[in-house]
Amino acid sequence: MTTTEISPSAPLDGTTTERVKGGGNLGRYILVRLLLIIPTVFILVTMVFILMRLIGDPITASLGGRLSPDQLEERKEAAGYNRPIWVQYVEYIGQVFTGNFGTTISDNRPVSEVLLTYGGATAELVFYSLIVAFVVGIPLGLLAAYLRDRWQDASLRVFAILCYATPVFFSGLLLKLVFSVWLGWLPVSGRASTRTELDLLLLDNPTGIYLIDAFRTGDMDNVWDVLAHAVLPAIALGLLTAGVFLRLVRTNVIGTLGREYIDSARSRGVGELRLVRKHAYKPALIPIITVIGLQIALLLGGAVLTETTFEWKGLGFILVEYLSSRDFVAVQGIVALLAVIVAVSNFIVDIIAALIDPRVRY
Amino acid sequence: MSRLAKGEQAARIEDLEVTFATDSGDVRAVDGVSLHVAAGEVLAVVGESGSGKTVTAKTILGLLPETATTSGAVFIGQENIVQVSGERLRQLRGTSVAMVFQEPSTALNPVFTVGWQIAEGLRAHGNYSNGELREKSIDILRKVGIPDPEHRVDHYPHQFSGGQKQRIVIAMALVLDPELIVADEPTTALDVTVQAEILDLLRRLRDEFNAGILLITHNMGVVADLADRVAVMYQGEVVEQATATELFANPQNDYTKRLLAAVPYIGAGREAARARAVERDKVNAEPVVVARGLEIVYPGRFGRGGFRAVAGVDFEIGPREVLGLVGESGSGKTTIGRAIGGLTRVTGGSLMVLGTEFNGAKESDIRPLRKDIGFVFQDPATSFNPLLTIAEAIAEPLVVHSEAANPDDARARVNQLLEAVQLPIGFGDRFPHELSGGQRQRASLARALALRPKLLIADEPTSALDVSVQARVLELFAELQHEFGFAALFISHDLAVVDMLADRIAVLYKGELVEEGTGEQVLGAPQHPYTKRLLASLPVPDPIEQGKRREELRLLREAP
Amino acid sequence: MAATPVVVNPKGSLWSRLPLVKQLAQSVGLQRGMLVAGLVLVALFLLTAALAPLLAPYGFAQLRDESGRFGSQQPPSAEHLFGTTVSGYDVLSRTIWGAQTAVLVIVVAVTMSLIIGVLLGVFSGYFGGTLDRILVVVCDAIYAFPSLLLAIVMSIVISGGQSSLLGGIMSAAISITVVFIPQYFRVVRAETVRIKAEAFVESAKVIGASNMRIMFRHVLRNATRTLPLILTLNASEAILTLAGLGFVGFGIEPTSAAEWGYDLNRSIADVSSGIWWTALYPGLAIVLVVLGITLVGESLNDLADPRLRTRHRAIASPAAAATANEVDELEKPE
Repeated sequence: MTTTEISPSAPLDGTTTERVKGGGNLGRYILVRLLLIIPTVFILVTMVFILMRLIGDPITASLGGRLSPDQLEERKEAAGYNRPIWVQYVEYIGQVFTGNFGTTISDNRPVSEVLLTYGGATAELVFYSLIVAFVVGIPLGLLAAYLRDRWQDASLRVFAILCYATPVFFSGLLLKLVFSVWLGWLPVSGRASTRTELDLLLLDNPTGIYLIDAFRTGDMDNVWDVLAHAVLPAIALGLLTAGVFLRLVRTNVIGTLGREYIDSARSRGVGELRLVRKHAYKPALIPIITVIGLQIALLLGGAVLTETTFEWKGLGFILVEYLSSRDFVAVQGIVALLAVIVAVSNFIVDIIAALIDPRVRY
Repeated sequence: MSRLAKGEQAARIEDLEVTFATDSGDVRAVDGVSLHVAAGEVLAVVGESGSGKTVTAKTILGLLPETATTSGAVFIGQENIVQVSGERLRQLRGTSVAMVFQEPSTALNPVFTVGWQIAEGLRAHGNYSNGELREKSIDILRKVGIPDPEHRVDHYPHQFSGGQKQRIVIAMALVLDPELIVADEPTTALDVTVQAEILDLLRRLRDEFNAGILLITHNMGVVADLADRVAVMYQGEVVEQATATELFANPQNDYTKRLLAAVPYIGAGREAARARAVERDKVNAEPVVVARGLEIVYPGRFGRGGFRAVAGVDFEIGPREVLGLVGESGSGKTTIGRAIGGLTRVTGGSLMVLGTEFNGAKESDIRPLRKDIGFVFQDPATSFNPLLTIAEAIAEPLVVHSEAANPDDARARVNQLLEAVQLPIGFGDRFPHELSGGQRQRASLARALALRPKLLIADEPTSALDVSVQARVLELFAELQHEFGFAALFISHDLAVVDMLADRIAVLYKGELVEEGTGEQVLGAPQHPYTKRLLASLPVPDPIEQGKRREELRLLREAP
Repeated sequence: MAATPVVVNPKGSLWSRLPLVKQLAQSVGLQRGMLVAGLVLVALFLLTAALAPLLAPYGFAQLRDESGRFGSQQPPSAEHLFGTTVSGYDVLSRTIWGAQTAVLVIVVAVTMSLIIGVLLGVFSGYFGGTLDRILVVVCDAIYAFPSLLLAIVMSIVISGGQSSLLGGIMSAAISITVVFIPQYFRVVRAETVRIKAEAFVESAKVIGASNMRIMFRHVLRNATRTLPLILTLNASEAILTLAGLGFVGFGIEPTSAAEWGYDLNRSIADVSSGIWWTALYPGLAIVLVVLGITLVGESLNDLADPRLRTRHRAIASPAAAATANEVDELEKPE
């Protein structure tokens, strides 16, 4: 963005060689980045607010037709939707920053409680999927770059395209059909079987992360049960992202292999495999990490669909439920939270990229 | 130390042919080339772009892309590189033959420390402990003249200056002690004072390490400075081979003669400059450009201070006068040119151009002046809109200033301009990418002169061109200046080029003007130590003369 | 090297200047195979959409013919090659009609987002300033947001969820448009900022050309060279978003149009009881169309990038682009 300001005669070859990493420290850099995500979160939350209010107030949207006009007015009055829109907006923003997302209309629960209850499930699913995506996507991407333009590379690329050309709900359904219904190897849906869920419910302070809770029950059957339920959803969602990773790693590594410093290393006798794995991989990793940050959004969108497919009771599953009951207070809360998660994960990714790239001066 | 004794053969190329498959059919890049290099010897391969010299160099290391087909033989020791297996080729790379690249900033991997990169070469050819690797890396860095190597070994490439980076690239080549080092334009990306230091280092490699060096270059001065023998390449063939002294004193081939004649040398333009000065004295008019205490600061990113590119500079350009502005990278010369062209804001002092103060001027104040100012950019490849024909591009200023309704309407004038810059009229219908660099730069001159400007700014207009093309463009520039009578600011890093054209020369160093005067004054009897050093660093195309100058430079460096 | 634009040879015959023909001629080996496969899939998709009324045995919302109701969840048979759905529609017919819906949505969504995104991008990138900064922050925020969620929210805003054929298609298309505008904006803006610093734009500036003239004569066409590639990639994303919307119940009513995502949503329960035909065919349709478009897009992308392009006789070497400069040099005239 700032290249236009740099003069062609900027000091390229000054005698100032002591340009050691400095002028600040990592802590300050993190702080600056952290401050920069506030406007992003602010814009997203505002956007969600504006969009959701364009269709009128949530009470009418949810209960219109079922209540008499008088009753509606009464409910609106009670919930404060009759006040000027900017008052509601300021109040909403204030609440969001204190973690209060309002109360759902359909089942009258605090949205923050909904988020806590279902957030763990989504986090667990996203975590498993990321493991699948990294384990499949990155090594195969390196392999495709190493064998570029051979048939193996072409097959890997078609595999990658198939991964992200297949909607997760379709791959989910296929996996279910084959491995659960026909072969009967894995459970059809849910996060755990009823017996295990009962065990988990008996724990004090359940974390909501089933794997952790299952270990805490001390019963390995529970652990296996939880893992068996996670396999298919994790593969469905993980492959989607793996396809993106594979393509990204391949393109960036091939791009880096065209750089002169690779020829320079090659001219000193460094082997081809090492050129890919070491010399090209690390420089290619920096743009890859940045793009991976943007994939978090894809992953969360995919999570909504995966959870619906596998009746995985997470934020996405509950979001679709609230959508069909037209409970827009709940929808607004969940969407706002997801926006915050995206902004925060992008921030973490930025920090990781900065730690890897020696040229970034904090 | 090389395993070979001095004079023993390090590499031999026999009847090499290289053909590339391109979209427009096969292209023969190297056509029957035979060369040999001995240990302790520098063989320079000279040629212009497209001569096949770089392809020849890359063949020696087996670095050609798969689109190339090679025949003939390249012997390193007893082995023919063209035929050995991939694994054997890998073993030979680095240990028998190593390469120094043109652009040190792209030849170093930005995300690894220089020590790690030096060690990579060692790791590829043997087992060393980490301690040994580090010790060897530090040792070699010290040998190539990196100060404080124990500490610097852990630094990343971006923490070194351009000259230091090239030293590190050389260190990486040297650490495996190869018999042959292929240096592909090793000083082209560097400033002339840094170039002199790198050439000294390469000389030491030959004398102290007994390495054979195959030096690829287009610069005759560099050849005269370093080469023992010279091979001249033209269109894929070696047209002449001789010892350096012999070649410069008594060139045989016509192409070699033309090439040597095209090299600009200091003092070439004195005569013409004197004649112009006499003519100019007859008319006494207001200067076209006046700078007083001119200061230009580039704004820094938030929190950081700005960069002061020009720090209080005074100069004037009279009507019909050519001011040559010389300096190395970072001297601020381009910034001054851009400021006069209204492309960069003036932040301090005064800059009067054609009677208008530019400090604090708005775009609307500058726009009326635009038709009186022509600009020729450095890179002919990017200064034309790729989607417009040459005629449309040259007509653009005429259309913008309503001297023609549309490009077709301007065609008659465009044809005159094409003739003036000695381009065939038919070239007007071509697209920029269909012209060579020299042709594009002529078209660029035609566009700049379309409105008969009073002032022309030429920012390194020939630095991207081959030397023979450069000579013709410079000649054309002088003719046009005489004919059109514009004042000019001619910016260059090359003292000899500036001396050919300029009436007066101004030397910039780190944003300050250190010396100004006629070519005779500045280059004949330089006063400022920087000017002296700059002048002494410029290699002249004559090995014997260059030997003497090298000695002078050494004395200058040693002087406090 | 990257800055040197690849220009279609203006002297070539009209045929060779047509888009795709040049790339097809340029491509080699596996790269050509991928491009051809993609083109075939896309052609099949477009033909199916255009000829849907002729190809489909029944209407998309047809539940009965002369011989009575189709019946629910009937396995594939002679009358219903792909079987029937839980609501009693013919799966084959709905799969074919679905192509038409998909084409309509893609065309509307991509066209709208292209025009708005490109104009915003050029203006914002060229003029810079406060408006530019605001647009960048807003677009970055939207870009980072899960596109499906945004499309859902948009579709609620536009149509309250579900609606008729035209309304449904428009609301789906507009929802997708909003998601894609930032993508075009970012690409075009970045290109504009880069091109603005190029010597040919600066030379237009020193000539004295007005901002509008520079923007439209010099910047716009140069900044939009890469768009055909993004366009193909976006088209496939549009299909996936449309299907996603349908899957969560914010697509188009089954009686208004056939939509693959909706049909898949209805088949979740079928799969658990082993009924495979209701899910398989609409799902395969999505996969094949997206695969086809993506293959075309990626092949074009590779061909346009000298580092990724295979040339003839090139077989499997990471070094292939190492001396591209050298070759370019040789290609120059004089």
